[in-house]
Amino acid sequence: MTWSEMWTLLEPECWNTAYMVGWSTLIAIAGGLPLGILLVLTERGGLLQNVVVNKVLGQVVNVTRSMPFIILMVALTSFTRSVTGTSIGRDAAIVPLAIGAIPFFARLVETAVREVDGGLVEAVQSMGGNTLTIVRKVLVPEALPSLIASATTTLVALIGYSAMAGTVGAGGLGDLAVRYGYQRFETDLMWVIVAILAVVISLIQFAGDYAARALHHRGARSGPAPKLRLLKAKEPAAADIGKVA
Amino acid sequence: MITTTGLTKVYRSRGREVTALDGVDLHVREGEVYGVIGQSGAGKSSLIRCVNLLERPTSGTVSVAGQDLTALAGRGPRAGRELRRARSRIGMVFQHFNLLSSRTVQDNVELPLEILGRSGKERSRKALELLDLVGLADKAKAYPAQLSGGQKQRVGIARALAGDPKVLLSDEATSALDPETTRSILQLLRDLNRQLGLTVLLITHEMDVVKSICDSAALMERGRIVESGTVSELLATPGSELASALFPVGGEASGPERTVLDVTFHGEAATQPVISQLSRTYNIDISILGAAIDTVGGLQIGRMRIELPGRYEDNVVPVGFLREQGLQIDVVGQHEGREPVLVKEGAK
Repeated sequence: MTWSEMWTLLEPECWNTAYMVGWSTLIAIAGGLPLGILLVLTERGGLLQNVVVNKVLGQVVNVTRSMPFIILMVALTSFTRSVTGTSIGRDAAIVPLAIGAIPFFARLVETAVREVDGGLVEAVQSMGGNTLTIVRKVLVPEALPSLIASATTTLVALIGYSAMAGTVGAGGLGDLAVRYGYQRFETDLMWVIVAILAVVISLIQFAGDYAARALHHRGARSGPAPKLRLLKAKEPAAADIGKVA
Repeated sequence: MITTTGLTKVYRSRGREVTALDGVDLHVREGEVYGVIGQSGAGKSSLIRCVNLLERPTSGTVSVAGQDLTALAGRGPRAGRELRRARSRIGMVFQHFNLLSSRTVQDNVELPLEILGRSGKERSRKALELLDLVGLADKAKAYPAQLSGGQKQRVGIARALAGDPKVLLSDEATSALDPETTRSILQLLRDLNRQLGLTVLLITHEMDVVKSICDSAALMERGRIVESGTVSELLATPGSELASALFPVGGEASGPERTVLDVTFHGEAATQPVISQLSRTYNIDISILGAAIDTVGGLQIGRMRIELPGRYEDNVVPVGFLREQGLQIDVVGQHEGREPVLVKEGAK
């Protein structure tokens, strides 16, 4: 197979993959961000503590996460048809891709948001801020570097999932690699696709890391370094009072 | 300005109950700096968090500037609109500063104003004015990570003042700072207290903090306030632990046949140079064994331990002279019951 023959096959599938992954990443972020934040807010001791909601959401996330993607895609067939009007093609693939990625991203958001120092939340409460203010002005901006890293991870995972979208006739690079590399023994095309994916994923990871770091250099935390806090006795001058009491 | 009555806070976790506050009655007057001191676990943190209801008290009431906050709190765990509005009129500074690392210094100071819904122009005018007040006008565009601890706390103070509060709560504001920075932050709090008429309630475990800026103080132990009052009231209270910690005096009698006196200076009486008058009037040699005296607003406040020759019986007249000057005199070694307290002072 010559390079030009390969390229005529590759080009449309590149766009197919970009289309599916692009849309499903956007939907995953739009759905996973609020879900992840809600998981943190409703947990015990959270701002909107609600054990029932927290348990139900957590369970839904776990079930979705535990399902292999290819099975999830089949299981969602009728739902996909009700959303997009069809259960085959690239638009149909976006639905299970997004639904598979929402809980994945939500768990990453949950971890990132939980890292935000509780003292900042308390500070905004002491200024009279409500929960929405705390989410908008504290939790999201303070967790932003981690959130960007999480979005990058989700995007990369979706590129992997999208290889299975060929099963529902959505095409894409992964599908091309399976059809030519596995079914027709055209291994050279398969290796070209592997190389393209390796380069694309490296670039995405690099861009994501760069963006996260650029936001992070403004400083990780406002308090003293955690190591120092561990080394220091909790209340050093308490001994002064001890003598008096 | 701040009054709590019967404030009780009980934490329940896994069936265990911990009483952090056990019926605390606190009264902070308008325009004063009030220090609550105690060891860790004494309940100071719970107390200051109950004042703006970051912690819901189990029972008891809190009122700030005549407004009963506990009545505003409602039944749910979340703060309603009324309580949030009341909180915005109470500034708070924290031990670990709690500045948002994603915002510049100026944006941090503007945050309370954003919550109050002020316009962008007004916010930046106010923020720059406050940064100027705390001496950080040139750092407006810096990020908190680029500042030193003392500078961060100045930003924290500027932020706390953004909503023009009448009351400032300080939760161990200087405990993460070195001694020199601590002094400058305390000086700033003192200046703000004087310039703006700000009422300051601070909690600390450092006696020096109370000593350097507080008008009044309270000592907390196991969730209760064991002593409280203005610094001179505390000094006037025989056996006050706070007073002896604030003004520790030590020194033993240099031999038998000596009278050791603790002289407490407080209030209006302390303007005369009494010790030299005593010496001249009765022609006696006085040795000073120890002293802890500050001059506050032209008045001397503190304690001095002096030694007079001869036994107590021989010194009734000089002691009477000192008492006539309005000084409080405690004879060391006379009252057995008091001695341990004084010995402990000596140990300090």
